[in-house]
Amino acid sequence: MKLKASLLGAVALSTMATMAFADPALIYDMGGKFDKSFNEGAYTGAEAYKEASDGDYRDFEISEEAQREQAVRRFAEEGNNPIIATGFAYSSILDAVSQEFPDLTFVTIDGWVEQPNVLNVGFKEDQGSYLMGIFAAMASKSGTIGFVGGMDIPLIQKFACGYVQGAKSVNPDIKVIQNMTGTTASAWNDPAKGAELTKAEIDQGADVIFHVAGGTGVGVLQAAADAGVLGIGVDSNQNGLHPGSVLTSMLKRADIAVEKAMTEAAAGTLEAGVWSLGLEDGGVDYAMDDNNKDLVTPEMIAAVDAAKAAIIAGEVEVHDYMSDNACPVM
Amino acid sequence: MDKQAEGENGMIDFLYFFINPALLKSTLVLSTPILFACLAGLFSERAGIVDIGLEGKLLLAAFGSAAFAAYTGNAWLGMFMGVFVSILFSMLHGFSAITLHGNQLISGVAVNFLAVGLTGFLGKAWFHQGGNTPALSGNSRFTAIDLPFAESIGKIPFIGAFYEDVLSGNAIWVYVALLCVPLTAFIVYKTRFGLRLLAVGEEPSAVDTAGISVPKLRYKALLISGILVGLGGVYLSNGMLAGFGPKMSAERGYMALAALIFAKWRPWQSLWSCMLFGYFAAFAIRYGSYDFPVIGRVPSQFMDALPYILTIIVLGGFIGKAIAPKAVGEPYSKEH
Repeated sequence: MKLKASLLGAVALSTMATMAFADPALIYDMGGKFDKSFNEGAYTGAEAYKEASDGDYRDFEISEEAQREQAVRRFAEEGNNPIIATGFAYSSILDAVSQEFPDLTFVTIDGWVEQPNVLNVGFKEDQGSYLMGIFAAMASKSGTIGFVGGMDIPLIQKFACGYVQGAKSVNPDIKVIQNMTGTTASAWNDPAKGAELTKAEIDQGADVIFHVAGGTGVGVLQAAADAGVLGIGVDSNQNGLHPGSVLTSMLKRADIAVEKAMTEAAAGTLEAGVWSLGLEDGGVDYAMDDNNKDLVTPEMIAAVDAAKAAIIAGEVEVHDYMSDNACPVM
Repeated sequence: MDKQAEGENGMIDFLYFFINPALLKSTLVLSTPILFACLAGLFSERAGIVDIGLEGKLLLAAFGSAAFAAYTGNAWLGMFMGVFVSILFSMLHGFSAITLHGNQLISGVAVNFLAVGLTGFLGKAWFHQGGNTPALSGNSRFTAIDLPFAESIGKIPFIGAFYEDVLSGNAIWVYVALLCVPLTAFIVYKTRFGLRLLAVGEEPSAVDTAGISVPKLRYKALLISGILVGLGGVYLSNGMLAGFGPKMSAERGYMALAALIFAKWRPWQSLWSCMLFGYFAAFAIRYGSYDFPVIGRVPSQFMDALPYILTIIVLGGFIGKAIAPKAVGEPYSKEH
């Protein structure tokens, strides 16, 4: 009898538990919550929501590929809403799980899922990279700049294409040397290869190098700093990795996306669809701080801010590589 | 300029394209971690222990050395920690393979899995940078060394230029790796220990009959192997680079095993095969975005795959025969 009662109690508790968790959930990509990059941005956004709204959220850090689906499914089964996942690697999983839980809203940041209950948050990396191209072209003394990408996928080509467009807007004759680290996932985590690619680009005359290569980029910035040329960081503010050697960083503000999604969900106004965050809403931007203030001249800031205003006003159109898988300037 | 001179210049340009200081230096840098791991594999496989865990030990040593160097601010202390960690896992592999007669492939794979998990987990927990250690600088970093008289010798054409622009200006571990090659050849072929090592990989029962302990010899081989691959890991995170990043070994341990087969388990040939693999990697990096006449752009995937293709060709018996040590992979117990 006693056992039965406690069992019943447990069942009641667990049902209550499922009901109680309507909080938003946030699942990070490989790299984890404190990666000083994209995931940490998402975390900062969630914390900002918590602070501002008095609400709460749940989060999970995966440590291996197989945990992606488990994490999404667990939060869905427990009724968390919305469920936000950072990184394009969640796309296929969200596609499958979102169909099983039609009442929940899922948010993919950087991914692409065509389902009625999924919100796709993307960034206009082409616009941000365009600004990086202007910075690089103005800082370059040799008239040659470099680009090191991670895995050879359309998203990274989008960065490269925006970068070249920006550079050519300053100097139509500029030479841009481009390399991709590889074609498998290890291209994101091979700093040794990143460093060698950078040295090769420097040997060919490049004196400002923009990396969009995740962990591989650590080697790019290191090699650039060692050789006395400038690197440009990506995703988060990487200016502090080598103070005085990182010209600036292209910010992808995952924090803005996460805070906005959680706040709208709390207000009941969050809808599935597509958000494309660009310069206009601060989704992409450049980074200024104490580490790079001596590298960036007032002329650069003026040129970049003018371009930024022109893009927002629609006077300058940056071509998006992913719209037709081609780049007019490359 | 007459036609002949023009032709000669073209020839020199052509040769320079394939053999130039920047390309050769990149080759040296990229082959060093593979060379350490390859020589490590040579010791363990010649003693009869398959070591698929080289990849994991590279990663563990890279993490251990970078983390400890960042913590203490001393590159040398970091080096000792990296090698210590590598030896520890070498012994773990040995305990399973030698003492418990376990399957050597399985314990090697276990080391690889453990390496990825442990370094990722501890790195995130300790440094909060997505698994990276902080960038090493100052005393915590092994920087490039200029070899003596590099500038004056550099004036001699070819050899001097090679000395100044390729050999000089690398981290100390590049030179240690190169010195390990003759040292390994000497130990394996000229010392009593080395000859016993060769015997224990071929015919352990004969060694046993002679009254020499098979497990003891194999443990010693794994100890040396642990030190060597550990140094490879140290170079990877401190020397080649200045800090650890998750999974930064990037399959170099497996490439070392391929190089070992390509070298047919011999020390000097290991040097050449590692250099060749390093050259392919360097070539792919230098000319990945280069449009060649006639053939156009060579896909970097092809260059990345070349070492493995060559290994398969060697294994297939097309370039001589690669015969592994006879007793490799077989646990030895007296009862048989």
